[in-house]
Amino acid sequence: MELNSRVPSGDIQTRWTRTKFDMKLVNPANKRKHSVIVVGSGLAGASAAATMGELGYNVKCFCFQDSPRRAHSIAAQGGINAAKNYQNDGDSVYRLFYDTVKGGDFRARESNVYRLAEISVNIIDQCVAQGVPFAREYGGTLSNRSFGGAQVSRTFYARGQTGQQLLLGAYQALERQIDAGRVQMMTRREMLDVVNIDGQARGIVCRNLTTGAIESYAADVVVLATGGYGNVFYLSTNAKGSNVTATWRAHKRGALFGNPCFTQIHPTCIPVSGDYQSKLTLMSESLRNDGRIWVPKKVGDKRKAAEIPESERDYYLERIYPSFGNLVPRDIASRAAKKMCDEGRGVGESGFGVYLDFSEAIKRLGADKIKERYGNLFEMYDRITGEDPYTLPMRIYPAVHYTMGGLWVDYQLMTTLNGLFCLGEANFSDHGANRLGASALMQGLADGYFIAPACVGNYLASNKFAPVGTDHSAFKDAEANVNQQTNKLLNASGKRTVTSFHRDLGKIMWEYCGMARNAAGLTQAIGKIDALKEEYWASVNVPGSGDELNQSLETAGRVADLIELGSLMCRDALAREESCGGHYREEYQTPEGEALRDDDNFSYVSAWQWEGDKKAQTLVKEPLTFDYVHPSQRSYK
Amino acid sequence: MRITLNVWRQKNTNAAGAMKRYEVPNVSPDMSFLEMLDVLNEELIEKKDADGPVTFEHDCREGICGSCGFMIDGLAHGGNERTTVCQLHMRHFKDGDDLVLEPWRATAFPVLRDLMVDRSAFDRIIASGGYVSVSTGSAPDGNAIAIRKLDSDLAMDNAQCIGCGACVAACPNASASLFTSAKIAHLGHLPQGQPERLERAKKMVDQMNNELFGSCTNIGECEAVCPKGIRIESIALMNRDYSKASMMERPSTGDLGFG
Repeated sequence: MELNSRVPSGDIQTRWTRTKFDMKLVNPANKRKHSVIVVGSGLAGASAAATMGELGYNVKCFCFQDSPRRAHSIAAQGGINAAKNYQNDGDSVYRLFYDTVKGGDFRARESNVYRLAEISVNIIDQCVAQGVPFAREYGGTLSNRSFGGAQVSRTFYARGQTGQQLLLGAYQALERQIDAGRVQMMTRREMLDVVNIDGQARGIVCRNLTTGAIESYAADVVVLATGGYGNVFYLSTNAKGSNVTATWRAHKRGALFGNPCFTQIHPTCIPVSGDYQSKLTLMSESLRNDGRIWVPKKVGDKRKAAEIPESERDYYLERIYPSFGNLVPRDIASRAAKKMCDEGRGVGESGFGVYLDFSEAIKRLGADKIKERYGNLFEMYDRITGEDPYTLPMRIYPAVHYTMGGLWVDYQLMTTLNGLFCLGEANFSDHGANRLGASALMQGLADGYFIAPACVGNYLASNKFAPVGTDHSAFKDAEANVNQQTNKLLNASGKRTVTSFHRDLGKIMWEYCGMARNAAGLTQAIGKIDALKEEYWASVNVPGSGDELNQSLETAGRVADLIELGSLMCRDALAREESCGGHYREEYQTPEGEALRDDDNFSYVSAWQWEGDKKAQTLVKEPLTFDYVHPSQRSYK
Repeated sequence: MRITLNVWRQKNTNAAGAMKRYEVPNVSPDMSFLEMLDVLNEELIEKKDADGPVTFEHDCREGICGSCGFMIDGLAHGGNERTTVCQLHMRHFKDGDDLVLEPWRATAFPVLRDLMVDRSAFDRIIASGGYVSVSTGSAPDGNAIAIRKLDSDLAMDNAQCIGCGACVAACPNASASLFTSAKIAHLGHLPQGQPERLERAKKMVDQMNNELFGSCTNIGECEAVCPKGIRIESIALMNRDYSKASMMERPSTGDLGFG
């Protein structure tokens, strides 16, 4: 299979403008004749559904939660990047583009990243107009803070709840279209299959989570905006409900899966406290603006933080990376923390933790200023750990946070399935092998407000759509397929709970496919996951029935898909014999222990094609070229 | 720690419900309340309990998505200040505690199963007017309108509402006034919200009444349990905008729909 990325040629600064001009348009009177399905209601899904509703399309939007406002975008804390240069500190669209390509360790498409940087400025305008209460200066202008991987201050924020405020902005825009009758919201529905008819994605099959009914919906085009798959690790900062099912089922219907092994481990999360732990909580990267990270210099130093004198503390990020200090990108900060703990210098009872210390900032700025900046994060830390970060340094440790991989999409965000688009974290497109902080919100909203509505319109105007109803045999086949899987899960009637399998999967993934990977470990992991899959289908215990509200059944379907995904992630990590960004293969490192890329052999996107249940996926490569930002070893020293 | 739970079990909206008693031994003080329920549910699944695991809504478990929430001993989210039940840790309870767990109780929030209720009425209140009517692409530069920091901060205080429904559950009248007023106050404090301000207040309050939420009688329970610290002064602001709108913004008496 040949991948056509539809990347425009010529001057990068006009690529998106020229692409838009070359697109076909749907005349306003014809828009209402087209139906669009959007699955997911986070930043990308809600903004896409709202905008396409505004344009006049007939939209149906689906989410598994009780309301579109619950999507996990809501939990993003720190901020959203935009190349506004309001601080007059040398920022520009080109610099944001440059930082993002470099931050992604040269494994993203230049064209996509440039477009993202270009649109970033429109996003801020749009959100302000919606009433998003971004932080402001006393003069009434918008305020900025700094994030990792950048030497300019370009991150816009709303206290520690930026994702919440942006999502509520998109949610309100969506509710406005619902009220206008242009979007129909289908809550508590989980997409379980995508339906292809005559080479076009023409609808979805989902389960009504309240009644258990299997329902089909037909449309001219299907847009997936269903988020990332960090929950393959069981413990992650994702919401409990976040899952891979929608994109995985699309993958099984022919959509290629891009760079599955590129996962982001966030350096600042609250450490694990016990076996019952159900999720991990992030402490925003913005804390690294004022917090200093350190461990004791001495191995096995069990004294309390306050008893360790300044001279016996190792501010290791400031020491190793003096020019970026505590604001190095996430992959680098995470690996450094792991290294300190592996050396035996970790803090806390488990030894898997480092200090994030605000005492100096509190002395310099006063506790009030720190409270204004991070108050809600400090409160959250205190609630979870029972410790007060105003008087004791926080203990943090890396945790799985974001997945750069996802469905492969071309420049117009279409997957390899005709008429199936994929937006936001669910696609693979803009962050390469490592995402910079405050860029996820930017990408979700760029895709949803600006890119997808244009590209979907182009697709609708360029193709013909035979009338299709849900009585079509392809829908009936997909429904039968879904019912069969449900019955198989309910009838396995074994002993072990779904969660116990999920925990096992997570342990395998974290140990072998986490912050550091190697060939022997990955090979072992693939064997273990295959065995786990077999055991799962033979002996999982799913209580209740299919025709009622059944949370165990919902989780059972998701875990089944996560197990298959885990295996693909390990195979992708094994095939990529280099280190880049969040993908760190121990065999490939510089003498200083930094990631060692191999541009001659691995400057490509790995896109995996499903070959059926019995066979392993095959690898298709999309070569990456860099005309503007010349690949170099990333240096943050 | 050993905790005894009396949990409301109800198979679906139309079924009759009943309290059931469960023992949870070996509770760690570092667990969250929901993690304790996870432990109970694992056990119920393993021993193939006839009622199955306890259904409760949850998602982010960071106190921001607003999915979770139920009554613990008659207090919404358990009554710990500014804390959702997913962030409530067992260190706030004592060994041997005997607790009663019930879903939010309100006509406008029908029970779906066990501790899970249907809060879609909240979405309909927002849909009736809880937004600024600005379509994608028609925004001026973000710094074109300066906003006084205090106004921006007050807007943010109200915008923090997570839509969990604790205010309704705690109110003896099951009023949604705190929720509705938070959105009216958020947008009402900003210049972008001014053109539709009065119309918004009227539409949203009317919708709230149509959903069969009760009226506000200034009891203040909502403010006491709100995990985001939304204050009842927002209700005063809503009432002011609503009265003004009722006087000034009525095309015809037929459209008013007083509830």
